[in-house]
Amino acid sequence: MTTEKLDTVKAPRPNWTSRIDLPVATAFGCIILLLLIGSLYSPNFLSPEYLLQQLKVGAFLGVIATGMMLVILLGQIDLSVPWAVTLGAMMASAATAYGPMGEVLAIPFGVLCGVLMGLVNGIGVAYLRIPSMIVTLAVNVVAQGLMVAYTGGFAPVDSASPAMRYLAAGTLMGIPNAVIVWAVTGILAVFLLGRTTFGRAIYGIGNKEAAAYLSGVPTQRVVMIAFALCGGLAAFGGVLLAGYAGKAAQSMGDAYLLPAIAAVVLGGTSILGGRGNYLGTIAGVILITLLQSILSVMQIAEFGRQIIYGGVIIVMLLLYGREKSGR
Amino acid sequence: MIGLRYRFAEQRGMLLALAIFILMFTLYVANHPAGFTPNVVQTAANKGVLLALVAMAQTFVVLTAGIDLSVGMIFILANCLASYLLVGTPVSVALGVSGVLLTGLACGAVNGLLVIYGRLQPIVITIATGAVFFGIALWIRPYPGSADGFSSDLADALTGKVFGVFPASLLFLIVLVLVVWVPFRRSVVGRAVYAVGSSEPAAYMSGVPVKRAKFTAYVLSGLFAAMGGLFMTFFTYSGEASLANGNTYTLSSIAAVVLGGVSLFGGRGSAIGAIFGALAFRAIGDLLFVFDFDPLWQPLFQGVVLLLAVSLGAARLFQVRNRLDLFT
Repeated sequence: MTTEKLDTVKAPRPNWTSRIDLPVATAFGCIILLLLIGSLYSPNFLSPEYLLQQLKVGAFLGVIATGMMLVILLGQIDLSVPWAVTLGAMMASAATAYGPMGEVLAIPFGVLCGVLMGLVNGIGVAYLRIPSMIVTLAVNVVAQGLMVAYTGGFAPVDSASPAMRYLAAGTLMGIPNAVIVWAVTGILAVFLLGRTTFGRAIYGIGNKEAAAYLSGVPTQRVVMIAFALCGGLAAFGGVLLAGYAGKAAQSMGDAYLLPAIAAVVLGGTSILGGRGNYLGTIAGVILITLLQSILSVMQIAEFGRQIIYGGVIIVMLLLYGREKSGR
Repeated sequence: MIGLRYRFAEQRGMLLALAIFILMFTLYVANHPAGFTPNVVQTAANKGVLLALVAMAQTFVVLTAGIDLSVGMIFILANCLASYLLVGTPVSVALGVSGVLLTGLACGAVNGLLVIYGRLQPIVITIATGAVFFGIALWIRPYPGSADGFSSDLADALTGKVFGVFPASLLFLIVLVLVVWVPFRRSVVGRAVYAVGSSEPAAYMSGVPVKRAKFTAYVLSGLFAAMGGLFMTFFTYSGEASLANGNTYTLSSIAAVVLGGVSLFGGRGSAIGAIFGALAFRAIGDLLFVFDFDPLWQPLFQGVVLLLAVSLGAARLFQVRNRLDLFT
């Protein structure tokens, strides 16, 4: 009897307002606001060429932030991103130097190095139970040491392979390939997070690892794989960057750690883990890229850029990043 | 007997850092061409004290289970500011020093207010405030340098030797521990900081002044980071707004704190441990210079030692009796 009655009660249809959460909406609102401010300065800001150019520049950050998001959803953090990026770029360029075979394997090899680095992070966090902030910090220093010893402290002489250049700087039917690469990465990430057991396990672990473990999730393996994916994506971002610039450079990844974290967090992903969606990360990446671009177009001095950049992040976090009052 | 065991357990991290430091420093001095002379000790002490001050700054915040990623930037800001303010007569130098320290206090207060009343996660918000602090530093000091008439008297006094043997910077650090850390540790606010770090809800339920404790921790963190920046100016006689330096000091401070046995989960450890952690970290870095290794291998060596040191934290796995304990 009761079951029949329950069946007749319709679940409230989710209307579109309840599906879009506040942080993502605010982030997109801020993007539009930024574009409007920019268009007051110069009408070029609303031209398709400028917007595509921004998406292209943002694509590198987008790929790196995707990996960072997986780790932040777990409630962890990956501080080894700078040298994972550089490692990927340098190793892919180095492989290119080894003849035609090396050229073919350049991209997979660069990404593989990043995956291995992420795997070390993951083992440290998942199995040795060392706080992620420390393990990734130490692994970052080790990777830096390896690369400094490998290059002899100079900028590496190897240059990027044609495939890397094509992926990062080429265009397909007027759309920059980098944007397509980011779109594919994003679609895979959305599928992974929303439609697979692995993705659901990430959210579960981020909420309460002990509960996820008791529900039969192999939490340690999931954490390890997530870190490996983060390392691989960071290295892939580095491969693209090397293709864009033509070659790898020392400390090319330093400029990507804080923006990656900021993009994920501005997109509404909780730094404590367990909450957030990929749409928000896209918004965060575009927001940060636009902000940096507008500040440099307006020819504001470097100090002013830093202050405004920090100030905008603080204000946006105060708008919607606040935790509920515990009392 | 139980009291003794408890005390030992409480100080274990600090003792480990002390042991690493003594081992590394002995190796360093034993292989140093000049040997164990006051000058060698003075140089090592000056470099170590710099990081020790920033590590102490980090400790206050880490004890509340937070993290301050802006210490390096406050350090840089203080360094740049001091390169302008430490000029002229002793009176104006004294005013300059207090100005730098007040700036540090203000930076810490901003962090504290944003964390407490903004209810934001410290790890994110200090990244953003760090960018602002660095921007201000770059504004006042776009190019490395120092003001005309830079007064080096105080700088020389605090980086020199007392009675020709004991490094003055080390003495300053010891005085600082006795005047600030020990009273803080015994005060109500100090205990509250530990309580908040162990469990904030429990601390709140027990009537611990949670907000006051957190605010004090962030303000003291800003003050100590500014002191570090002041010392940087004492060594170099100039200021430089270097992003790389700021990041290095932030990350090194976390490494030193961890080596010194302060738990990143909050509520455990002491600033004294962090000091030994900082000294040990510096000694490890210097070790390669005396062994005639190619300097290219130095970052790798430092990284591997750091990785091994933090892996020691995995030792607690042997004490786990229930797998669920892993996830706390």
